[in-house]
Amino acid sequence: MTRTVVIGIGNRLRGDDAAGVAVAEQLRPRVPEGVEVVSCDEEPSRLMEAWEGAESLLLVDTVSSGAPPGTLHRFDAGEEAVPARTFRSSTHAIGVADTIELARALGRLPRRVRVYGIEAGSFETGSPLTPAVESAVTFLVRDVLADLEERCTSAR
Amino acid sequence: MSKRRTIVTDYLARVEGEGAMTVQLDGDRVEHVELRIFEPPRFFEAFLRGRSFLEAPDITARICGICPVAYQTSSINAMESLCGVVVPEPIRMLRRLLYCGEWIESHALHIYMLHAPDFLGYESAIELARDASQAVERGLALKRTGNDLMTLLGGREIHPINVRVGGFYRVPSRRELRALVEPLELAREAALETVRWTAGFDFPERVVDCDLLALDQPGEYAIERGRIRSSAGLDLAPAEYDEHFEELHVERSNALQSQLRGGGTYLCGPLARYSLGAARLSPLAREAAAEIGLGNECRDPFRSIVVRSVELVHACDESLRLIEAYEDPERPAEPVEPVAGTGYGVSEAPRGLLYHRYRLDGDGTILEAKIVPPTSQNQLAIEDDLRDVVARNTSLDDEVLRQLCEQTIRNYDPCISCATHFLDLQVDRK
Repeated sequence: MTRTVVIGIGNRLRGDDAAGVAVAEQLRPRVPEGVEVVSCDEEPSRLMEAWEGAESLLLVDTVSSGAPPGTLHRFDAGEEAVPARTFRSSTHAIGVADTIELARALGRLPRRVRVYGIEAGSFETGSPLTPAVESAVTFLVRDVLADLEERCTSAR
Repeated sequence: MSKRRTIVTDYLARVEGEGAMTVQLDGDRVEHVELRIFEPPRFFEAFLRGRSFLEAPDITARICGICPVAYQTSSINAMESLCGVVVPEPIRMLRRLLYCGEWIESHALHIYMLHAPDFLGYESAIELARDASQAVERGLALKRTGNDLMTLLGGREIHPINVRVGGFYRVPSRRELRALVEPLELAREAALETVRWTAGFDFPERVVDCDLLALDQPGEYAIERGRIRSSAGLDLAPAEYDEHFEELHVERSNALQSQLRGGGTYLCGPLARYSLGAARLSPLAREAAAEIGLGNECRDPFRSIVVRSVELVHACDESLRLIEAYEDPERPAEPVEPVAGTGYGVSEAPRGLLYHRYRLDGDGTILEAKIVPPTSQNQLAIEDDLRDVVARNTSLDDEVLRQLCEQTIRNYDPCISCATHFLDLQVDRK
């Protein structure tokens, strides 16, 4: 199977912002052999390094787009840009959407890129995931696992 | 007949934090120029009241994700000077090394991601990367090396957790530090390349004539300590700062604006540091500056990108020197007993002088805190410069003029979120 990397992005201390990291943690012991799972912050060169050489990339981050908490957004970024407005990209940091575009411009983006955004309900400091987001995490973990297993099977 | 024009940028891009700009022109006459700072107030000085003096570095680090080390260092300097503690040389060197990491990371970010696109006619670093991937890769690698240095010494790259009043929680071994030598040597080469690259940009000829203000430390390019010096001849201990500078509130800004008491604009940051201290840069950094004909003084805000590049060479070079000379301290931190009174601390954040003042009671509780970040100090100078740039370029059409104005602001690498304050009841007025 081609090298696949799964990256969960987020901050454990900021409520639902931890969703991406939670997905990564739940996936890590369960993914098929050859799939690498990484928890990461948004530092652009660190992200690019984490997916260096991968054929296929799955990124999971929290989004704040106004949809109901727990809503799952899915983008195929291998071909076209992810909406920068959905993925927090602020004047304070280079966000995921910008990093993807930067990597694309530099020729450092894997061929297949799927980006999952979990709509957050609360960014309250020190709080656990809200129930809606927790369900979304459970659902996404199952969905991603099924997807990864299918790819492994078809690659055999 | 005169024609009235208003040029507005509602949301300044490629600066840290949330700000806007308005320029009003009546024909060739500049009626009004303002840099509005609408980043919400931060309340940090109030948070600090009632907390232990030992917590100040960790609390104030949160003011900025780009220059947390500056906040930690200025607060530590204030506490240690009040409590009569002078840390041993290895601890001071580690602090300077950590601070160099922050300079490398912050300068690389500003030069490559935020500022260079202005000179080369791109909307963003992403567009720049399509045409100049090698340069952008160089910038990312430089930034990464700065981040790695901060991670090793600070425990993590943003908001370091390993820094404390009196020293560090854990100090690195010589072996750990030596692992950074090779990346830093590469970074130093990349920084030299950065100087040549930015020196080749087109610059409108500009000179600002306000007072320049920077720290001064015999024998070194001042970063983590020093006396406050100005081009007009001020030479102050940090404790004398408040006698000479005041902060004013203006309605358009959630940041306070600093000025010399009784009026007078001044500028801090790379141009001031370089113009007052170029002779103390490392030989390699001086050589790099000479090679591109930079001279011993630079008062051109557009060329701040070149000066930042020279400082990048210095920060890499200095990091290597510090690692080479490092010897393990006897212990990671000196004990610090609180003393009632007022402590003052300064350091050179990447974008300029950062002043802290704390009043403590006898058990170390903070009774009062005052923080004056570089962007507050530079805000008046930025507006003066903006006014003058507009006045000299009234013939440009609105869009070109707007871009020039934005570039003028970015010349100062403003860190807007650092500068916001809570201002009585006037903040939320509509």
